[in-house]
Amino acid sequence: MATKPDPVFALIDCNSFYASCERVFRPDLAKVPIVVLSNNDGCVIARSYDAKPHVKMGEPYFQIKHRLEQLGIVAFSSNYALYGDMSERVMSLIESMLPAVEVYSIDESFADLTGIADATAMGRALRSRILQCAGIPVGVGIAHTKTLAKLANHTAKRLQAHTGGVVNLCGDHERDWVLRNTAVSEVWGVGRRMTAHLESMGIRTAMDLAKADPWSLRKKFSLVIEKTARELSGTSCLALDEPDPPKQEICCSRMFGKRLTELAPIKEAVATYMMRASEKLRAQKSYCKKIRVSIRTGMFNPDEAKYAKGVVVTLPYPTDDVRLLTKAAVDALEHVFQPGFRYSKAEVLLLDLRQPGEFSDDLFAVNQPAEASRVMAVLDAINDRWGRGTLRAASVPGNPDWGMKRELMSQSYTTRVDQLWRVSCE
Amino acid sequence: MSFTSLGPIAEDGVRLPLCSFKVPAGFPSPAADHIEKEISLDELLGIRAPHVYLVRIDGDSMQGGGIFSGDLAVVDRAIEAGHGHVVVALLNNDPVCKRLCLRGKSVILQSENPKYPDRYVLEGDEFSVWGVVTYTVRSHGH
Repeated sequence: MATKPDPVFALIDCNSFYASCERVFRPDLAKVPIVVLSNNDGCVIARSYDAKPHVKMGEPYFQIKHRLEQLGIVAFSSNYALYGDMSERVMSLIESMLPAVEVYSIDESFADLTGIADATAMGRALRSRILQCAGIPVGVGIAHTKTLAKLANHTAKRLQAHTGGVVNLCGDHERDWVLRNTAVSEVWGVGRRMTAHLESMGIRTAMDLAKADPWSLRKKFSLVIEKTARELSGTSCLALDEPDPPKQEICCSRMFGKRLTELAPIKEAVATYMMRASEKLRAQKSYCKKIRVSIRTGMFNPDEAKYAKGVVVTLPYPTDDVRLLTKAAVDALEHVFQPGFRYSKAEVLLLDLRQPGEFSDDLFAVNQPAEASRVMAVLDAINDRWGRGTLRAASVPGNPDWGMKRELMSQSYTTRVDQLWRVSCE
Repeated sequence: MSFTSLGPIAEDGVRLPLCSFKVPAGFPSPAADHIEKEISLDELLGIRAPHVYLVRIDGDSMQGGGIFSGDLAVVDRAIEAGHGHVVVALLNNDPVCKRLCLRGKSVILQSENPKYPDRYVLEGDEFSVWGVVTYTVRSHGH
């Protein structure tokens, strides 16, 4: 009698992804340590391997600028156009080799290797193809469950030199060795607080967790940690590609590139954030009935007066019309803005989201006019084709002086025809 | 010079339906049975493939091969580079576009312009092929 084969999962994870993307078009930086900064060049959000010993995640750029220069570490503003395009390339390359792939984040994806005779060889083939075709080094972890695949990947990175970047934990011997030699805090989904709970129960290694009684974990903590324990012991509980349900709220919030004291530029910022939030809203085909608009000053500078306030507005009907949303948001801003403060950030939040069909069309209720939906469809089609922001509300400036500070940004080598990589013929 | 007309060109990245016109109610179009897929430059040049990149040419050393300064080059990183390919190579970390010549154990980067001598890749050089140039695109004026 034929039995169903045990599932096999791979986790393919790009090494120091943002730094690796920068290096594809800057071969001169192949051996130079790199850090990538958050929006507004605030703090370090990514480091190449050779930068890790010198720089901590989250360190504020202005504090370490001098040290970076001394150590010859190169800093970049985050170039999400580049990282997004390179991510799509990597994911497409994986999809061209394997039938079932779940893109998990910008730099990692799970794939189904069930039934492939030599999974390790497939892991090596993936690695070399992605390195050749995208120039991005990846680690591949292979195991019978997603949690173990994640652990295998972690091991592949930790022991890069021994493993060649591919670790297969389908065998009991290898799996047990890794479980014994991994702290429970390193396990996928085990946060700092959970680690403290587990350690107080004497669960210190991944092996301890794999051997713990799943039922009592569930009773004591949650279903999530029970599944984690079962997955570590080799029983697959998490399937590939469980799509996220539509979000229950949508947020767009950003720091301004500089402090703002006047209402007019803050209105522009709120209109800009609302444009982005409403794009997300329409992309998941939801409507929203309430919005919240808030602004605040910087909260850390002891010499500045602090202020933060938000207001919720209920809309006349569930809508995805950026014109109505923007008007409501900008009007609401009048209620929270107080002169005399130096504002650093605004946020728009779309609340009370509904899917079409979730609100009943009562006979006398006002609904979004059909033509508004058509206008939004045209707006999205135009911006999809000619680039975000091509068609926008008049209150949204093209190149605002309060915009994000990105002084160290590399070119958009792969997405802008005026910024292509230049290759010398001399 | 002779040329062959290829027919209509599809727009960038947009897949057009095989038959997009309205069929008149009275008399069916005699062409309807003969509609073929429209030609797409994206598809022809392969620029939507994840392993294909566009780069800008800077300099006149490949002029003899029809590659001029300012041209767009389509670079395929999935092709294994071989003798005679026009390649984008990294020579001591500088990206260069040359014809790859493999002669015995020597690797030579050839220009297609008498102004530029052959460049032998020496033992101390750091050298790798970044990708193979499959097409170039040039604007004729305007």
